[in-house]
Amino acid sequence: MEYAIETFNLTKRFKNITAVDEINIKIRRGEIFGLLGPNGAGKTTTISMLCTILKPTEGTATVNGYDILREPDDVRRSIGIVFQQPSVDDMLTGRENLYLHALWYGVPKSIREKRIDEVLKLVGLESRQHSLVKTYSGGMRRRLEIARGLLHLPKVLFLDEPTLGLDPQTRENIWEYVEGMPKKHDVTIVLTTHYMDEAERLCDRIAIIDQGRIIVSDTPERLKEKVGGDIVCLKMENPDPERFKGICGVTKIDVMGGRVIITLRNSSENLKALLDAAGKVEGVEIRPSSLNDVFLSYTGKDIRQESGEGGIAHRIMRERVAR
Amino acid sequence: MSWMEGVYALWLREVKVFMRERSRIVTSIFTPMLWIFVFGGGLGSTVEIKGLNYQVYIYPGILAMSVLFSSVFFGVYIVWDRKIDILKEVLVAPLSRRTIFIGKVLGGCTDSMVQACVMLLMSLGIGLYIPPAAFLLALSILFLLALSLVSMGLIIGSLMESPEGFNMIVSFLVFPLFFFSGALFPLENLPLWLSTVTYIDPVTYGVDALRTVIIGVSQFPLYIDILVLGGFALSMFTVGTEAFQHMR
Repeated sequence: MEYAIETFNLTKRFKNITAVDEINIKIRRGEIFGLLGPNGAGKTTTISMLCTILKPTEGTATVNGYDILREPDDVRRSIGIVFQQPSVDDMLTGRENLYLHALWYGVPKSIREKRIDEVLKLVGLESRQHSLVKTYSGGMRRRLEIARGLLHLPKVLFLDEPTLGLDPQTRENIWEYVEGMPKKHDVTIVLTTHYMDEAERLCDRIAIIDQGRIIVSDTPERLKEKVGGDIVCLKMENPDPERFKGICGVTKIDVMGGRVIITLRNSSENLKALLDAAGKVEGVEIRPSSLNDVFLSYTGKDIRQESGEGGIAHRIMRERVAR
Repeated sequence: MSWMEGVYALWLREVKVFMRERSRIVTSIFTPMLWIFVFGGGLGSTVEIKGLNYQVYIYPGILAMSVLFSSVFFGVYIVWDRKIDILKEVLVAPLSRRTIFIGKVLGGCTDSMVQACVMLLMSLGIGLYIPPAAFLLALSILFLLALSLVSMGLIIGSLMESPEGFNMIVSFLVFPLFFFSGALFPLENLPLWLSTVTYIDPVTYGVDALRTVIIGVSQFPLYIDILVLGGFALSMFTVGTEAFQHMR
């Protein structure tokens, strides 16, 4: 069993909307795998099927070697989930939430209290364990959810937008926990996000997903290499793309407003020739390509623009309301 | 037996929440108190039924009513749990839906029983003494009633997407169940249509059983009451298990 998760043409249709379209992914044991895409791309739907919350319309998948259709109970025992919407119980204390979870997941009585202490320590909530969750901040709730997700020693941990709506410092804390998890807890992590920096920072491999399809899947480094170099942004009075054509290393030229945006291979060697060709410029900005550039080059869209609109999830929500 | 631990955890959650939301118990006892002391006391000053003061006569019916209301309305919490997303945690746990249903039912019944005990003690306030044996018997009858009605509330809750929808359906159900149960009047000499409906209303048999054990007045033999209540509880329980299988 080399793979923690393997999907076979996994598909989910809601009425006439195809939320997830014949997805095939293989996730290795012990890796942090990211599903990156705009809101409504089908990330949460994919995860819901893998967690056996939703039944696929077509296709299937295995999680920890168990089939999601035929062995849902074994799948559930193998996984931990941190939901996008916090699902910890406000009217209970942090510790009580964990205790009930331990009972529901059949954590043996002999190690129950010890495990609860361990995960509380891991997320730094020991001092607040006896307070009602309704007095917790957003970051504390998320940390409690993560603690709960790890409590029953799952083989696969799903994190659905783990840092959505959290402040930068809390995000940083959560990233630190997540990074070390696969080694410390022998767990495979699948996370969804529409934050580029999050995917880049945490994931060993990423699948970019848009409109229910996997567009490309690879390590962040190789994905960025595929973009074809660094991004050079020149601010100039008369942005004329013609004069950059034929310069060594230039793979792509775009003009946006008063700027020329050039994708440049081997920028340390080729930048001088480029600047010479440019002549007088008002400003130069050079940065390594990011996953956003990857997304842009594969879909022709900016992931951040997409995020604002609300895609399939939004449409499905509307349909649900209408029903 | 891991499923029993699951049931225990579900029950424990309901009980803890109930104990923390004390307002729940206060509000659920307030209305029955108005019925007993204002309505019952008011009419009781001039009305007697079967040689009993009206206030004493309706007391068993009001007991049933308090359990009826709190039990069915318990179903709304599952709608809220879904709305604020805490139900998901339970639904994705490796628990069968039957286990979840049993845990929730027992939680709801416990809430109703706490309330029933308070209501039973209130009998002292109207000068009615209930001997310990009758007290326990009444509590068992109320438990049977709560079992069916909590199941009913949970069935409706499992189908509803919004608390408002739940409340609307329930008002159309709970008030008729109460008024047709004969909680406020004797079942003799009723017009045919009314007596037919009261005979169909399962709560009628709960009220009748409670009257038998508390004030010694009855329409049906006790075993008939218990059989009907038991059958009602069993069928609601079965339907409820099924409804939870299909709940999203």
